[in-house]
Amino acid sequence: MAKATNTEIIDLLGEKFGEQLFDVTEPYGLLTFSTHKDKVITVLSFLKENGKIDFNFLTDITAVHYPEKNQIAVVYHLHSMVSGVRVRLKVFLNENHPTIPTASTLWNSANWMERETYDFFGVKFEGHPDLRRILNMDDLGVHPMLKQYPLEDPNRVDKKDEYFGR
Amino acid sequence: MSEINIVDAPPGIEGSGFFATSLDKVIGLARSHSLWPLPFATSCCGIEFMATMGSHYDFGRFGAERLSFSPRQADLLMVMGTIAKKMSPVLKQVYLQMAEPRWVIAVGACASSGGIFDTYSVLQGIDEIIPVDVYVPGCPPRPEAILDGFGKIQELVKNESGRKRYSDQYKQMLASYGIE
Amino acid sequence: MKHNQPVYTDNDPQNELVTLNLGPTHPATHGVFQNVLQLDGERIVSGVSTIGYIHRAFEKIAEHRPFYQITPLTDRLNYCSSPINNMGWHMTVEKLLNIQIPKRVDYLRVIIMELARISDHIICNTIIAQDTGATTTFLYLFQFREHIYEIYEEVCGARLTTNVGRIGGLERDFNEIAFAKINKFLKEFPIALREFESLLNRNRIFIDRTAGVAEVTQENALSFGWTGPLLRATGVDYDVRISEPYSSYQDFDFEIPVGTSGDIYDRFLVRNEEMWQSLRIIEQALDKIKLEPKGIFHADVPEFYLPGKEEVYNNMEALIYHFKIVMGEIDAPKAEVYHAVEGGNGELGFYLINDGGRTPYRLHFRRPSFINYSMFAKMSEGMLLSDAIINMSSMNIIAGELDA
Ligand code: SF4
Repeated sequence: MAKATNTEIIDLLGEKFGEQLFDVTEPYGLLTFSTHKDKVITVLSFLKENGKIDFNFLTDITAVHYPEKNQIAVVYHLHSMVSGVRVRLKVFLNENHPTIPTASTLWNSANWMERETYDFFGVKFEGHPDLRRILNMDDLGVHPMLKQYPLEDPNRVDKKDEYFGR
Repeated sequence: MSEINIVDAPPGIEGSGFFATSLDKVIGLARSHSLWPLPFATSCCGIEFMATMGSHYDFGRFGAERLSFSPRQADLLMVMGTIAKKMSPVLKQVYLQMAEPRWVIAVGACASSGGIFDTYSVLQGIDEIIPVDVYVPGCPPRPEAILDGFGKIQELVKNESGRKRYSDQYKQMLASYGIE
Repeated sequence: MKHNQPVYTDNDPQNELVTLNLGPTHPATHGVFQNVLQLDGERIVSGVSTIGYIHRAFEKIAEHRPFYQITPLTDRLNYCSSPINNMGWHMTVEKLLNIQIPKRVDYLRVIIMELARISDHIICNTIIAQDTGATTTFLYLFQFREHIYEIYEEVCGARLTTNVGRIGGLERDFNEIAFAKINKFLKEFPIALREFESLLNRNRIFIDRTAGVAEVTQENALSFGWTGPLLRATGVDYDVRISEPYSSYQDFDFEIPVGTSGDIYDRFLVRNEEMWQSLRIIEQALDKIKLEPKGIFHADVPEFYLPGKEEVYNNMEALIYHFKIVMGEIDAPKAEVYHAVEGGNGELGFYLINDGGRTPYRLHFRRPSFINYSMFAKMSEGMLLSDAIINMSSMNIIAGELDA
């Protein structure tokens, strides 16, 4: 089957969702758009099954923290293996209350990806069956990928700033 | 001539029909050539350990053919790879379960010092939680280096006095790690 | 120390199930993962996986390192096939910077990536054999992995964590010895691989242990996000090398092996066949290189390609570029890019957001082991304990990639 083009996807989505999808760009040929958090499941399920270009494969879920905008963006990468195209969907959340409905109802793989995102960024996926930390220790207390937290262990005593010119 | 090498006898007094040496030396000799390592391999360095165990480098030549996955029966704890903070209680537990005399070798930069991972989640060297006898540098160390580190351990084992593990110094050292 | 997970509580005296804690340092798991299983005799009733025992915070480190210093991190993702990760990362940055890579460099990269794939598959397949009781094959094929390491050493000086290549090409050309070693490998390895196959492919014990065990449907595999040999064993012919060719894979003639039922035997066969295909690709690449102009091993992009030390000391321009690159004063577009390569275990993706600073604003790795592994506990339900062990080996879960 021939590869679907981004215009076809834009047409398909524009017809269905109109203004609910915004910030449409194509960095390096990968169609990217944003939506609101209450629409995300509708959009994802439409993308997954629409009869024309089915994005049946969830490649990845992750998040990005923008402290100066007080936002956390949850990023979904979807892939249509049959049509050979990918899309990227972003949802911007307020960093103080990052909650978003879970996609694990649509794809099983979302389960762990969302747990990872929760672990790193503290994004709460509502309706997730088992939202626990996955990589870090349970008693870590912070969500370490947020920009305000340092990379190095703040409790280290052997590393004196004067030796590092700080 | 046979190609098999036999280790040299320890220094002692020899005469017709007898050979006298100290018990420590005999025990050290025997122990050092029959160490049972416990490979605590977590990541990349563990793969190099697999290469060391493989036919090319053949770790078994040095009397360490029998890997002991049970800490109770192991003499040598070989820590290979990054030890995350989540893993550190497990490592300590394994060390505690080993019977005396026990030796520890930290293989690779991560086990020795945290390596390139100066992060919130990685233990900065296993010597923060357990005493270490030999450090092998490298990221990962070549199999030759691991063998060399093992040779160093053998030297230590050979020359260890039989009373070392009962000495106050040793007990203090353990106590400084919070081990009774 | 607080125990990590709320697992099973065996307060019920009537309970006949046994709780078994498999891992995190169990010798049969080949890596540090914990699975707490509920057993009914030999059969697994349910399980809970805990991971993160070597979580090293790659993504956080990446936010603090300039682009060229991230290569060593990618080494340590899937350390069984680090060159693929290195190249994947370089290609991501090259995509961001719109660098055109000369064909010869592409082919050289293909050679080293396919060698890496072979060494990855050697580990996985011999470990499956080892876990079913055939130690010989493990010791035998491992010898050839050693030969691959020798080729790496010629090309970049390291064995395992190769850190091979630079942004914009390779760090140095393959030398004569490297080519000689590759040719030698191409001659010797097929013999060994054929022997390996003849020992196992139609071996009654091996087939009984693996065929029909841990079957996975295509729907399930796709829903759980499987990629790579695992997905192909279920019959889905998805391979990034074909669907989105990178590094001139479109110039090569090779096949994508697929299985039918997704069981362990199929995975084993798929990986074996992939090794054959990799050998084919390497042969073609060697032929193609002969037709390309000699001596080219990087693109002509002085502002991004870290110059050699000799140049830096003798040449003003190289010194300036060296300074600029090391101090992070290069102009990279503010953009986001996703690039995927076919790693040893599946689609290895790099999602890079650049804000024009010295370091990436955000770098996310789509790690196939992590995503593949999420099915393990679910899959194990109803399986025999001994089957679950080979199932785990056949998934080739690499702890570094799993935990990042
Ligand atoms: S020292 Fe290097 S090779 Fe060894 S575990 Fe650490 S990162 Fe991996």
